[in-house]
Amino acid sequence: MAAGSVLATTPAERGLPRRRRPRRLARSAFLYAGMVIALVVVLAPFAWLLISSVAAPVDLLSKPLRWIPEHITFDRFVQLTVGSEPNDQAQGFRSAFMNSMVIASAVTALSLVVGTLAAYAFARLRFPGRGWLILAFMGTYMLPPIALILPLYQIMGALGLRDTPLALILIYSSFVTPFVIWIMRGYISTIPSELDDAARVDGCSRLGALIRVIVPLAAPGLLSTALLAFLMAWDEFLYALILTSTNASKTLPVALNDFIGRYGLDFGQLATGGVIAALPPVIIAFLFQRYIVAGLTAGSVKG
Amino acid sequence: MATSTVLARPPRGRSKRPWPETWVAAAFVAPAALVVLLIVIVPLGRALWMSLFHIVLTRPGVEPFIGLDNYIEQLTSSDFWASTGRALFFTVASTGLELSLGLGLALLMDQPLRFRWLLRSIIILPWALPTIVNALMWRWIDNAEYGSLNALLTQTGIIHEYQPWLSNSDTAMWMIIIADVWKLTPLCAILLLAGLQSVNREVVEVAQVDGAGPVSLFRHIILPLIMPVVLVVLVLRTMEAFKVFDIIWIMTHGGPANSTQTIAIYAYQTAYQGFDFGRGAALGYLIALVIMVLAAVYLRLLGRTGR
Repeated sequence: MAAGSVLATTPAERGLPRRRRPRRLARSAFLYAGMVIALVVVLAPFAWLLISSVAAPVDLLSKPLRWIPEHITFDRFVQLTVGSEPNDQAQGFRSAFMNSMVIASAVTALSLVVGTLAAYAFARLRFPGRGWLILAFMGTYMLPPIALILPLYQIMGALGLRDTPLALILIYSSFVTPFVIWIMRGYISTIPSELDDAARVDGCSRLGALIRVIVPLAAPGLLSTALLAFLMAWDEFLYALILTSTNASKTLPVALNDFIGRYGLDFGQLATGGVIAALPPVIIAFLFQRYIVAGLTAGSVKG
Repeated sequence: MATSTVLARPPRGRSKRPWPETWVAAAFVAPAALVVLLIVIVPLGRALWMSLFHIVLTRPGVEPFIGLDNYIEQLTSSDFWASTGRALFFTVASTGLELSLGLGLALLMDQPLRFRWLLRSIIILPWALPTIVNALMWRWIDNAEYGSLNALLTQTGIIHEYQPWLSNSDTAMWMIIIADVWKLTPLCAILLLAGLQSVNREVVEVAQVDGAGPVSLFRHIILPLIMPVVLVVLVLRTMEAFKVFDIIWIMTHGGPANSTQTIAIYAYQTAYQGFDFGRGAALGYLIALVIMVLAAVYLRLLGRTGR
C-alpha cells in the first residue's frame, strides 16, 4: 500500500513539504481516536462473552456488576465438552456439535463439486438457455427460506427424512450451490481459456481439463468458496429449527436455542455454549482471513 | 480440434468425437440443477398450490380450495401490514446504519495509520460470529437485571435505573438493530474497503493536484467511483434484512407486544403456532415477491451506474 490512501491528502503523503503541521496532527488524532473506538466497540462484546463463560454465577449476578470476576471456573467448558458423565444438556450439545460438523462438511463438499461443474459450464461453454439458467440459480439463492419451509417440511416428512442430517444437507446445498456457482464462475472466467484449450488439444476431455487445469489454478478461489460455504451451513437456523427434533439431527444453533429455555438465568452456561459454537467459524475467519475476504469481495465487488 | 484429439490419443472403441458443447454443458449443469430443482423448484410449486387451499393442521382432512382467499386475507389484515412495516423499519434502519458506519470504517482502514493491520484483522470477527451466538450475546448484554449495558450506563451515570431494554416495546427493536449493526457493519466495511482499494490512484492524485480537499475529493471523485460497490452492498443487505428471522427469534421471539414481529416472524407464527399452512404459504410467497421486487429495482439501479 505504498500509494497510500485514496484520501491521503496531507502534504507529507503527497510528497510535498510539510506546511500545515497542526492541522495534520489534529487529523491524525481524530483518525486514531476513531480507530480506538472501533477496536473497543468490536472487542468489548466478545470480551464480555468470554468473561461470562468463565465467571462464577456469583460474579455474573452481582450488583453493581463486577467487570472482572473474582472467581473463575472452567467447569462449564469441561462439562459441555470432555467431562465424563455428561448430563442430558451436555449430551445434546455434543451431538449438536458433531451434527453441525458433519452437515457443514457434507454441504461444503457436495455443493463445491456440483457448483464448480456448473460454474465451469457457465464460464466456458455456450449453450441455449445459458443466461436464463444463471438467472434461475441466482433467483433461488435470493428466495427467503420462509417461502420454502412449509412444503419442505411436508416433503421431508413424506420421504421419512424429517429429523435426519441428510434433509439439512440437501436443503443447505440448495442455497450454497448457487453461491458456489456465482463465485466460481467469476473465478474461472479470470483463467485464460487458452489453458484448457491446450489441455484438450493434448487429449483431455472437458472434464479432464476442468480437473487437471482449472481446479489447480482455481485452488485459492475454491478454498475461499469452501470456507464461506462451511460458514453459511454452520450458521443456518430456521430450517434446522423446523426440521430437527432430537439429538439425531439438531444442529448447534438449535441446541443453543434450546439452552435459552433450559438454563433461564444461567447465562454462564449460555455464554459457554456460545463460545464453543463460535470457535470453529471464528478460528476459520481469523486463520484464513485473506481467503474469506477474497471470497466475499468476489461475490459482490467484482460480480 | 477434433482431429487433434484423435491424433493425441489412439481411438479406444468408444466415440472418438467429443460431445457437442450443449451436451457437455447439460451434463455439467445437471447435478447442480438437480440439487436446486429438487429442493427449491418443487417446494416452490407446492407452496403455490398450498397457498390456494385452506390447510389448517388442527383440522386434518378438510382442505377446501379457496383460490386467492389466503392472499386477500393477508393483504387486508392489519397484522400483515404492521409486520411488513416493522420489517421495512428494521431493513432501513439496520442497512442505513451498516452502510454509513461501514463506509466510515472502510475509509478509516484505508488511511495510512499505524496499527491499521490490527483493526483490519479483527474487524472480520463479529461477522464470523454465528448469528445465533450474536443474538444470545446481545440478549445477555441487554438483560434487564444483570446485563452489562445497564451496568455500564448506570456506572457511568448516563442512566439512573436499570432498563428492561428487550421487554420494553419502545426499545426492543432498536436493541435488535444494534446487535445486527454490530455484526454486519464489518462485512460492509470489508466490501467497501475492497471497493476503495480498487479506485485508480492516478485519478485521485490528479484531483488533488487540482486542489480538491478531502471532503470534495470524497464526494465528487471517490464516492461516484465506489458507487457500484455501495449499491451491491445495499442490495445484499436490504434483501437479507427484509427476511430477518434468526436474530429476532433468539432475542425477543417477536415481542414484547409484537413490537419486533417482522414479516418472517409473523409468517412463522402463522404457520407453526397458528398451524395455518395455507396462509403461511401465501405469506411466504408475498415475502418472496417483495424481495424479488427489491432485487429487480436494485438490478436496474445497478445497470444504470455500473458502467
